[in-house]
Amino acid sequence: MTNKNYDIIIIGGGVVGCSIARELSKYDLKIALLEKEVELAFGVSKSNSGIIHPGTQAKSDSLKGRLCVEGNKLIRKIAKELGIDFQEVGELIVAFSEKDIAKLKAIKAEAQKLGVENMRIVGRRWLKVNEPNLSKDVVAALFIPSAGIISPYRMTYDLSENAAKNGVEIFTNNEVNDIVFKKKNSFEIKTAKRVFKTRYVVNAAGLFADKISGMVGINDFKITPRKGQEFLLDKKRENVVNHIIFPLPTKTSKGVLVIKTSDGNPMVGPTARDVDDKEDLSTTDDGLKEVLSSVKQMVPSINESDIIAYFSGLRPVAGDDFIIRHESSVPGFVNVAGIQSPGLTAAPAIAKMVCSVLQNNGLTLLRKKDFKRYRAQTAHLFKISKAKAKKLIKEHEGYGDIVCRCEMVSRKEIEEAIDRGATTLDGIKFRTRAQAGRCHGGFCTTRILKILSEKLNVPITSVTKRGKGSLIVKGKRA
Amino acid sequence: MKERELVIVGGGPAAMAAAISAHERGVRDILLLERDQFLGGILNQCIHTGFGLNYFKELLSGPEYAHRFIEKIKGIKDIEISLQSFVTHLNSDKELIYLRPGEMKEVRARAIIMATGCRERTREMIHVAGTRPAGIFSAGLAQKLINSEGLLPGQEIVVVGSGDIGLIMARRFTLEGAKVKAVIEIQKETKGLVRNVVQCLNDFNIPLYLSHKISRIYGKDRVEKVDVIAVDDNFNEVDNSKFEIECDTVLISAGLIPENELIEMAQVKMDKRTNTPISEKTNKTSIEGLFVCGNAFKIYDLVDSVTRDSIAAGEMAAEYLGYKK
Ligand SMILES: Cc1cc2nc3c(=O)[nH]c(=O)nc-3n(C[C@H](O)[C@H](O)[C@H](O)COP(=O)(O)OP(=O)(O)OC[C@H]3O[C@@H](n4cnc5c(N)ncnc54)[C@H](O)[C@@H]3O)c2cc1C
Repeated sequence: MTNKNYDIIIIGGGVVGCSIARELSKYDLKIALLEKEVELAFGVSKSNSGIIHPGTQAKSDSLKGRLCVEGNKLIRKIAKELGIDFQEVGELIVAFSEKDIAKLKAIKAEAQKLGVENMRIVGRRWLKVNEPNLSKDVVAALFIPSAGIISPYRMTYDLSENAAKNGVEIFTNNEVNDIVFKKKNSFEIKTAKRVFKTRYVVNAAGLFADKISGMVGINDFKITPRKGQEFLLDKKRENVVNHIIFPLPTKTSKGVLVIKTSDGNPMVGPTARDVDDKEDLSTTDDGLKEVLSSVKQMVPSINESDIIAYFSGLRPVAGDDFIIRHESSVPGFVNVAGIQSPGLTAAPAIAKMVCSVLQNNGLTLLRKKDFKRYRAQTAHLFKISKAKAKKLIKEHEGYGDIVCRCEMVSRKEIEEAIDRGATTLDGIKFRTRAQAGRCHGGFCTTRILKILSEKLNVPITSVTKRGKGSLIVKGKRA
Repeated sequence: MKERELVIVGGGPAAMAAAISAHERGVRDILLLERDQFLGGILNQCIHTGFGLNYFKELLSGPEYAHRFIEKIKGIKDIEISLQSFVTHLNSDKELIYLRPGEMKEVRARAIIMATGCRERTREMIHVAGTRPAGIFSAGLAQKLINSEGLLPGQEIVVVGSGDIGLIMARRFTLEGAKVKAVIEIQKETKGLVRNVVQCLNDFNIPLYLSHKISRIYGKDRVEKVDVIAVDDNFNEVDNSKFEIECDTVLISAGLIPENELIEMAQVKMDKRTNTPISEKTNKTSIEGLFVCGNAFKIYDLVDSVTRDSIAAGEMAAEYLGYKK
C-alpha cells in the first residue's frame, strides 16, 4: 500500500500503452504503467504482422485510417530516436484480372484522401523485374512505397525503456482487479500487490479493455477477439519477395499476405476469424491450409516445408473503428479500446491523440527540460560491419561467445536483454531472437536457463517460458 | 590472414577421427574449432551404453567412447584444439571467420573438413497444431537437461516419434520416476533400432502407437494434453480414431537434420531436401578440398560408422594436400 499520488496511470503494457507512456514522459508528470503479465509486450503486441501500414486499408473518414497515416509518418522519427530497425520496404496489392484493376484504383483514390503519397499502379513488366517470384497470373498491382516493417516487440520494449528513463514507473505482474472512482480526477486502482492513487486513468488494456472499462461502469462496448494465424518461413527464403504482398481485401480482412519481417524470416498470414476465448492462441491445420493456398496463388514457390514457426494473435475488435475518448461520466478516465489492426502503426499517433484528450480534460502538459529523447541502440553482431564487430568483441568478450547458433546471438546480448528487463525465455527470445531460429532452442535453451538463473539469482527450476505456470522444468532429478 | 593446412570444424567423434587420421597420414598443421567448452559433441549427454561395439568391440557409454578419442587427440601436439570457437562464416576460397570470447579471428585453410553434426527436427517442422506452452522439448534437449544438468523436464510424458533418441529418452524418463504415457509413431514401423524398442519400451511396458500422430497440443502455460489420431497408409487421418492423452510434456523425436548452413554459405551444391551436400562419394562436396563428415554428411545410426567414414575423410584431406599413402 502506498499513498503516493500519480497524475496518470496507464493500464496495459502493449505497444499502445508504451507509446502513450513515452509520449507523456515528455511532460512534467507523475506516471505509472501497470501490466498484468510478467513482462511487457506479452499481449497482442507480441503476435502480429509487424507491418507499418501506409493507410490503404481503412475508410478515409475513419479514426483508424487517419491515425494510421499519421502513425506511419511519426514512426520514422521515433525509430531514429530509439534505434529501432524500421525498414520502408513498400507494399503491393495484387490484381489477377483486368477488372480488379478498377478496385486497385478505388483503393488508391480512397487512400489519397487520407494523404497517402506516391502510390502508383504497376504492370506485368515492372512486376517481373521488381518482384520476380510473383505469380504470372498477377496482371497488375498497386505499389505503395510508404509501407514498412518493424519488430513489434522490440518497438514496445524500446518505447518502454525510454519512457522509464524519463521517469515512468513500470509495474509488471500487476493485474488491475478493481478501479474505484471516488470523484472527478480521483481514482484508486487495485492490484493484488498494492493500491495506486491517480488523477487520470488511461485504459490501454488491449483484449481486456472492456473489462477495465466495466470497472468504472462504462459497458457500451465489447471486445471480440479476432484470431490471426501466422506462419514464419526459414531465413533461407528471406528474399522470396521484395515487398509486402497483399491480395485485394475482403469485407472482414486485408486477406492473407506475404510479409517481410525485420528479423529476415518472411511470414505468411494472417487468417481472420472471430473467436470467443481471449486466451485462445492455438493454431489449426485448417488455418495452415487456408494460408498456404491463398499465398501460393500470389507466390507459387512458397511451400509447406519452408515453415519453421507459427503463432496466433488476437485482434481486439470493438466494432469497426478504434474507440479513443474521455468518458465524461467518469471525469479523468480515458478509454483507448478496440485497437485492432493497424494498431501497431497507429500507436504513436494514438499516443499524441491521448495527450490532447487529456489536455482537453484538464491536464496541464508542461514540457520537461531534461527529456531524454535518444536511446542507445543495442548491437547485434551480424547487423554491423566486420570491423565494428571485431572491435566490439575486443571491448566486451561476451560478444564473442555465441549462445544461439541459428540466429548467432551472443552471451553479451542475452545478458543485456536481462539487464533491460527480460526475466523469461520468451522475453529473451523477443529481445534477442535467441531460440527463434531453425532449432527452436534445441541447443541454446539450457545455456539461456543458466544465464537467467545466474543473473536473476533464482534457481533454474523457477525459470518460466512466459511467467505464471509456464515452468520449463518440473524440478531437479531425484 | 593466417594460413593453415587443415582446419576441422567440430569437436565430436567425426571431427576427432578425421583429425587423428589426417595426422596419421602426415598432415602436421591442423586447427580444430569446437564451439562448446568441451570435446565430445553430443556423445557427452548420451550416458547410456550402446557405443563402440563395432569399432572397439566393446560396449561403451557415449562419454566413454568420446573419452578414448579425446585422450588420443590431446596427445597429438600438431593438432591445435580451439574450444569456444564459433565459426560464423565460410566462403568458397576456404576462408573462415570464427569468434571466441574476446576475439574475432580469420583464417584461410588449404583444406577443410566440416564435422558440424546435426540438429533435431522440431514440433514446428512436423506442423503440430495447437497452443505453444512450456513443456515441449526436442528429445535431445530433454536429454541434455536430465543428463548434463540434473533437471527433470516433466512428469507425464508423451514421446512423438520412435527414433532412437526418443526411445532412449522414454527409458531415461521412466528411470527418473516420470511416467511415459505413450510413444507415437506416424510410420507403420519404428524408426529406431530393434534393441532399443525392446530395451527401452517393452521392458518398461511403455505403449507404442504405430500409424498414429499427435494432431494437437493443448495447454495455456504448460502442456496439459494432446490429441492422438490414427493415420492410414497415406497418412490421412482415420475417422473416429481420435483420443486424448493427458500429459505435462511432449518430447519430439522426429528425426535429425544435418547442420550444413556454413557450406551452403560457401556455395557448395546442396540437396535442399536432405540439407546435405550433393556428392558422388562419401565426404566429398562440389568444392575441391572441402570435405564433410559424420552426421553432417548423412545421418548415421551408429557412432562406429561415423568414426569409420570420418577416418576416411581425414585420409581424403591428406591426399588432397599431397600426402601419399
Ligand atoms: C494477427 C495480427 C496481425 C496484426 N498485424 C498488424 C500489423 O501488421 N500492423 C499493425 O499496425 N497492426 C497489426 N495488428 C494490430 C496490433 O497488433 C494491435 O493493434 C496492437 O498490438 C495493440 O496493442 P495494445 O497495446 O492495444 O494491446 P496489447 O499488446 O494487448 O496490450 C494490452 C496490455 O494490457 C495488459 N492488460 C490487460 N488487462 C490488464 C489488467 N487488468 N491489468 C493490467 N494489465 C492488463 C495485457 O496483458 C497487455 O499486455 C495485428 C494484430 C494481430 C492479432
